[in-house]
Amino acid sequence: MKPKSDMTDYLNDREVLNPAQPTCDKSNAYTLGPLQTGPYCCIPEPVIQVKDLSLFYGAKRALDKVTLAIYRGCITALIGPSGCGKTSFLSAINRLTDLIPDCRVEGAVQFEGNDIYDATCNVQQLRKQIGMVFQKPTPFPLSIQRNIALPLREHGITQRADIQVITEQVLRDVGLWDEVCDRLDAPALSLSGGQQQRLCIARALALDPQILLMDEPCSALDPIASSVVEDLINRLNGRYTIVIVTHNLAQARRIANYAAFFWVKERERIGHLVEFGHCRDIFETPTHPLTAAYVSGTRG
Amino acid sequence: MTWWKRSILFQSASIDKWLQWLLRAGAVMAALIMVLIMLFLLLESWPALQHIALIRFFTDETWHPLEDHYNLLPMVTGTLYASCGALFLAIPLGIASALFMAFYASPRMAILYRRLIELLAGIPSVVFGFWGLTTLVPMINQWQPPGASLLAAILILTLMILPTLALTSHAALTAVPGEYLRSAAALGLSRWGMIYGVVLPAARKGIVAGILLAAGRAIGETMAVLMVAGNVVQHADSLFAPIRTLTANIALEMAYAMSDHRAVLFVSGLLLLLLVMVLTSLAGWLGKEHHV
Amino acid sequence: MYKQIGVTGKPNHLLRDQMIRLLIYLMVLCVSGVFLWILLDLIHGGGALLSWDFLTDVPRDAGRAGGIGSILISTLLVLLIALLVALPVGWATAMLLAEFIPAMSLLGRWVRYSLQVLAGVPSIVFGLFGYAFFSIYLGMGFSILSGGLTLACMLLPILVSTAEAGLRAVPESYRLSAAALGMSRTATLFHLLLPVAAPAWAAGLLLGIGRAAAETAALMFTSGYVDRMPESLLDSGRVLALHIFDLSMNVPGGDAPAYASALVLIILLLVINLIAMQLIHFWQRRKLNTE
Repeated sequence: MKPKSDMTDYLNDREVLNPAQPTCDKSNAYTLGPLQTGPYCCIPEPVIQVKDLSLFYGAKRALDKVTLAIYRGCITALIGPSGCGKTSFLSAINRLTDLIPDCRVEGAVQFEGNDIYDATCNVQQLRKQIGMVFQKPTPFPLSIQRNIALPLREHGITQRADIQVITEQVLRDVGLWDEVCDRLDAPALSLSGGQQQRLCIARALALDPQILLMDEPCSALDPIASSVVEDLINRLNGRYTIVIVTHNLAQARRIANYAAFFWVKERERIGHLVEFGHCRDIFETPTHPLTAAYVSGTRG
Repeated sequence: MTWWKRSILFQSASIDKWLQWLLRAGAVMAALIMVLIMLFLLLESWPALQHIALIRFFTDETWHPLEDHYNLLPMVTGTLYASCGALFLAIPLGIASALFMAFYASPRMAILYRRLIELLAGIPSVVFGFWGLTTLVPMINQWQPPGASLLAAILILTLMILPTLALTSHAALTAVPGEYLRSAAALGLSRWGMIYGVVLPAARKGIVAGILLAAGRAIGETMAVLMVAGNVVQHADSLFAPIRTLTANIALEMAYAMSDHRAVLFVSGLLLLLLVMVLTSLAGWLGKEHHV
Repeated sequence: MYKQIGVTGKPNHLLRDQMIRLLIYLMVLCVSGVFLWILLDLIHGGGALLSWDFLTDVPRDAGRAGGIGSILISTLLVLLIALLVALPVGWATAMLLAEFIPAMSLLGRWVRYSLQVLAGVPSIVFGLFGYAFFSIYLGMGFSILSGGLTLACMLLPILVSTAEAGLRAVPESYRLSAAALGMSRTATLFHLLLPVAAPAWAAGLLLGIGRAAAETAALMFTSGYVDRMPESLLDSGRVLALHIFDLSMNVPGGDAPAYASALVLIILLLVINLIAMQLIHFWQRRKLNTE
């Protein structure tokens, strides 16, 4: 790999989507286009295919035989009650389950046709291409600048100038640039909760992933910060494939193209997929009675 | 192909693997030290174990290693007397200290006292021994000569194991869930009623584990006891009689011991090691139970 | 049969509770008193002799006159060797136990158990081992090297346990989000976890130094008694704690320099311990702030 030329490619690629911006221009806070104007919006081509995915914690089965597809450039919302395995499902997609002791996965997850649980899979590269944002904001106890620089360096971008360009770009993308451009060396933990969450999204975007997994990214935030993050997700639509777990049905309805409804069996506490389809269908004409009950608020 | 589209199929030689093997080597080294210690103690005491019957360590007339008399019993009783005496004094003091920090003192006072206990824990044994030798022994000597005695050893050992007891008991007390205390208080229990009826039983295992650790320390302590106990090989018949412990015996005679004598000293080291191993294993087991 | 007690009635436990409180206060006072007594005794006995010359002179007349210069150098050398050997091994073990292998794995349990036992081994037994292994078997004789290596074995448990606790206290979310960003475990460890856990590691290091500087019994038969200025690591060198022991037990009239040496040792250890405690305190506070 030649970092220099790769870097040029990277920047060129960025510019196609995103015309260059003057530095620290307060008038131009948001640089992404409006909803669903991106080049890849909702092409019905699956980028991830999950087949019969089961997940175990020790001997206990937490998720039972889930089969679904994630479509390129679309937002897929995972909804369902607590404990039905939505978060476990999410962490099975980028193999974060590797870090959980006693956690075992069966079945297949294919990313662009390659099995990610294959022994030859390069997990770091996989996770670079499938970014993740957690429920609670998890900035590292470092400066704002370094929060973004650290993973970039890890993936071979070591030139200070390159890092600065990318930092500015992604901070603009998440609408944080104007708020922090004069204090990039401040500790990330000094930011507010909403700002921290947007920094975490920016940090994931800096690696230019294809897919963004979001685990209830708004639920730990207050309503205003939450709506800012939701706006941001809307603006990312079309550029990234997004899988979002949410408890907020209204939010799922507002932003998602596809929805997957998970449920947990009463007795055995095993999560499973009940229904998957276009968001509108799930909310307006659900085929399964459980789904109907859940989205209308009579169960769950 | 740009860097961000690199295939996930290419598995690079992972630095994680290298580091992990390096760390594994370190950890195995660390764990092997224990094995090495056992091995060398066994190796060195082998000559004695081979041609001195085990029973002779308890039935020989006296400890006269130069004349082939290897009775370890006086040293064993010396160690036991001194350790038990120290535990007898230190347990009430240590638990009282822990109760003081947890329930009686103001927060500022509790922290101050905790610092003091921690500093006490940091005083080296040779300084305790030196202080005992220059202050305690003359005092006891005025009362009941010769001064260097079982009593002096007990007092110094008490001071040395007190911090262990106080700190472990305090940890066990603070681990008692707050709901117990609140519901006890809601039942109108008095402070001591609450402590005696609710807190101490709940913290019992942690406190016992601390006592076992302290016992291990008392048995293994060398320098302080060596300096104040008088080091006469005999079964103590009073608190004021000088005694010699197993550890002091090794420290005193190792310098000139030869052949069988030397091997017997290693046997007593092995004995000490086994005793302390049993105590720490028991304490570790209790501690684990306590946390579950 | 229920005896009626009015709510305004005086509880009969009051006296008992007061007595117990008094008893506990007395015991605490007693412990604090003895601590101060020891401290004042040492200051009183050794304060007069303590001077710059005492710290730098070599001991003369078996230590009755002169100072403790060469003793301090030997102590420092023994400590240095112990740390140079124990730190890499101990910290590597801590990193492995905390970050790379599950707590219940075979290797993890074995390493943990043997370190737990090692922590309880009496120092005189370390002395016997060091003498048999380093001095005799490896042929180092009575030397600073042999003493330092023996001490290194003693220090391992405390270094491992403090460093492991420091790493385990770092929130799991850092590891998860670093992994989600595709960072290797190695990079996560060195760029993220170690800086966060550094104060705990430093505190453990200081506690280890304190433990090593106080050690006597393990060094009696390994680093030896010679009080000359050491010329190489294979020379015998007497450490400060052993100097105190020798002066008070084997040198008639050695009490005054023994007091002064004890005072030096105590001051050294108090300073080390206080810094370590401050570090731990600072670290815990910072941890609270970040969560």
